Amino acid sequence: MTQVGETRRELALDCFLLAGRIMMESGAETYRVEDTMIRMAGSQNMVNSHCFVTPAGIMFSPSEELATRFVRINNRSTDLERVALVNSVSRKLVAGEFTLQQAYDELMTIDQTNYRFHIWVQTLAASITSACFLILLGGSWIDLPFAFVFGGTGFIIVETILEETRVKIFAEFIGAFIVGILASIAVYSGFATDLDTLIIGSLMPLVPGLLITNAVRDLMAGHFVSGLSKGAEAFLTAFAIGAGIAVVLSF
Amino acid sequence: MNWPLEAFLSFLAAGAFGVIFNTPRRTLVSCGLVGMSGWLIYRTFFLAFGDSVQASFAGAFVVSIVAHLLAKKFRMPMIIFSIAGIIPLVPGSKAYNAMRNIVEHNYLEAISFASEALMVSGAVAMGLVFAEVMMQLFFKRQAKRIQRKMGLTQE
Repeated sequence: MTQVGETRRELALDCFLLAGRIMMESGAETYRVEDTMIRMAGSQNMVNSHCFVTPAGIMFSPSEELATRFVRINNRSTDLERVALVNSVSRKLVAGEFTLQQAYDELMTIDQTNYRFHIWVQTLAASITSACFLILLGGSWIDLPFAFVFGGTGFIIVETILEETRVKIFAEFIGAFIVGILASIAVYSGFATDLDTLIIGSLMPLVPGLLITNAVRDLMAGHFVSGLSKGAEAFLTAFAIGAGIAVVLSF
Repeated sequence: MNWPLEAFLSFLAAGAFGVIFNTPRRTLVSCGLVGMSGWLIYRTFFLAFGDSVQASFAGAFVVSIVAHLLAKKFRMPMIIFSIAGIIPLVPGSKAYNAMRNIVEHNYLEAISFASEALMVSGAVAMGLVFAEVMMQLFFKRQAKRIQRKMGLTQE
């Protein structure tokens, strides 16, 4: 094996692992990450590769002769635009439109760019969601402005605390707690009418919908390790929200 | 109920969820449409048969099929479209009622709400997976037929 061949293989491995890590950090399903990595490897003539993807780390073994590589996944969030971008890079690599170096550079750019909407746009979106769900779930129009304000407040509190501490369960507990207090104040002071729909609507942006669907989807695809750990994450989130509201309701 | 209003609200809610999950900009409207179709099917089924489990299954089934077609059209992962559409079907109010009853020490009520929430989320997941498997079967067969027509397979 020549030296050039060796560096090319190292670059290929870096490229696959980087693609897998970005996708896993952005909330893609496990089976899609494995599929993407195997396809990319197949396009580089690594036919006997295996990979094992969990929410905590990715192992990739290219073939019998080469060493197995591992990357750790530390923070997980939901950023579907990155999933789509990595997907298109892998499509282009498989179709032969990109060379390996081009694909790697493109993935590095994706990894370093921030594609998220501005935080205030996201908060506005959370407010709109809360208001819409209040009406869809049978709330009255009088409560609409309250749901609009409380939904945005809960969302931005959770995001700010997450930014500071990185402890998800604490952020969600505090967010739900404050939403519960605000909603109770609004109802007991006579401005709003229905406490239940107000709280449900305002909490809708925090519900771990993506995690639940991903967990079940992974379980049914046979990825039991990732399915169970994502399920645990979803359960913890739901528990934090429930506990935050329960503390308010029990007074 | 007021159909146009519910359609508009579910469209808006799913689109706003697309913003929170940061779906690619040009798919935001499609995400809204997926959410709207899922919610309308869910409501129609619920009003016709009065069973939220069946209705959730039907809603998730439709969401998954529409998401699959859009994913083929945009050449993007299906998850981008299905997530925003699934959110309105998540049994948030049942889970909330279960938790509220636990806090108020009505454990029997709480168990019934909790098991209902569990059934509904199971139905949503099954609707998603069934639709996906059916679409895979369909497209595989279609691809094979095209190949046979062009004389690419030897059979």
